[in-house]
Amino acid sequence: MFDWWQKIVDSLVYGKLGLDSKSALGSALDFFLFDTAKIFLLLTVIIFVVTVIRSYFPTEKVRDYLEGKHPLVGHIAAALFGIITPFCSCSAIPLFLGFIQARIPLGVTFSYLISAPMNNEIAIAMLFALFGWKITALYIGFGLLVAIVAGIVIGKMDLEDEILIKPPAAKPPKLEEVKIPFKERAKEAWDYTKDILKKVWLYIIAGVGIGAFIHGYVPTETIVKYAGGDAWYAVPIATVLGVPMYSNAAGVMPLIEVLTQKGMLLGTALSFMMAITALSLPEAMILKKILSIKLISIFFGVVALGIMAIGFIFNGILG
Amino acid sequence: MKIEILGTGCAKCKALEKNAMEAVAKSGKFALIEKVEDITKIMEYGVMSTPGLVIDGKVVSTGKLLSPDEIVGLISD
Repeated sequence: MFDWWQKIVDSLVYGKLGLDSKSALGSALDFFLFDTAKIFLLLTVIIFVVTVIRSYFPTEKVRDYLEGKHPLVGHIAAALFGIITPFCSCSAIPLFLGFIQARIPLGVTFSYLISAPMNNEIAIAMLFALFGWKITALYIGFGLLVAIVAGIVIGKMDLEDEILIKPPAAKPPKLEEVKIPFKERAKEAWDYTKDILKKVWLYIIAGVGIGAFIHGYVPTETIVKYAGGDAWYAVPIATVLGVPMYSNAAGVMPLIEVLTQKGMLLGTALSFMMAITALSLPEAMILKKILSIKLISIFFGVVALGIMAIGFIFNGILG
Repeated sequence: MKIEILGTGCAKCKALEKNAMEAVAKSGKFALIEKVEDITKIMEYGVMSTPGLVIDGKVVSTGKLLSPDEIVGLISD
C-alpha cells in the first residue's frame, strides 16, 4: 500500500543523498522518513474517520441499550461498544456509576471498561500504520476476548459491595438526542484530530527516532538476547512494563515494531501492546475514588492474567 | 437563567466553565453559572461523559467542550 512512498524515500536517501543501503546511517534514515510520514498520514485519516463514527454513539446510548440485556449478550455487546464509543479516562467515574445506576451488572460494566481504552483510536491507528491490518485485527479480536472473559470472571465474584459510592437509586432522565448535521460532526472530528496530533507528534517522532536507531545500529542478536527469544518470562515482563506507558502509547508502538522485526515474538508484542492500553495507572487512580483497592486489584489482576494468556498462547503456537 | 457545568474537575470541564462565562458576558443576559462537581448530582442528570452543560435544569450537551459562541447560541434560544 505504501510501496510508492518507500520508492520515493529510497531514491531520496540512497540516490540523492548517496547513502549506502547497507550502511547503518542509510537504513536508519530511510526507516525514519518512511515510518514517520506513513504514521502521520494514517493517524490523521483513521482518527478523523473513527471520531466521526463515534459521534453517533454516545455512551448514554450504550447504557440504554445494555440495560436489562441477558448477561452474556451484555458482555459481548459491551466489549463491542468499547470499539465504537468515545472514551476518556477522565470520564471513567460518571461512566461507571451511570452503568451501575442503570442496573447493568458489574461484570458487564467491566467488559466495557476494559475494551474501551484498549480500542482507543490512537492505538488502533498506530497498530494499523505499523503492523498492517492482520495484526490490528488480531489485537482487536483478542482484546475483545480478554474484555469479555475478564468481565465474566469479575461478574462471578460478587464484588458489588466494593463500589464505594452508590449512585442515586432514581432512574436518570432519558437525554434528548440532539440532531447534529454531518458537516458539524466532521468539523468537530477534525478539531479533535488536530488536538490529538498536537499531543502525540513529539512522542511519535521520538519513538520512531529511537526505533530507527535500533533498526540501523543495534544488531539483531542483542535484541533477541534481551527482549526476544522464547524465555518464559518475556511475556510477564512485557505485561508489567506496559502498565506505566499508557500516555505514551503512540511513542512506544514504533519501538515494538522494530523489536518484533528484530526477533521479539508476536505473542510478547501483543501482550505488551495490550498491557499499555488496558492497564492504565491514571485510570486506576481515578477509579480509586469510587472503587475499593480490592476491586481495582482484582480488575488489574484478571486483565493482566488474560493478557499474559494471549501472549503465551501466541508464542506457543507461532514460536 | 441558571447554567450548570457538570464535571469532576477535568481540564475540559474548567475550560467549559470559562467559555460559559464568556458566553454570558457576550449575550448580555443575566445568568447564574454554577460548577457541579458532586458526582451524585451529576448522576441525577443522567450524564455519563463530562463535561456536561445544563441550562435551567435541562441537559443540553455532554462530553463536549463547547465554544463561547456555541453556548451563546444555546442560551439565546
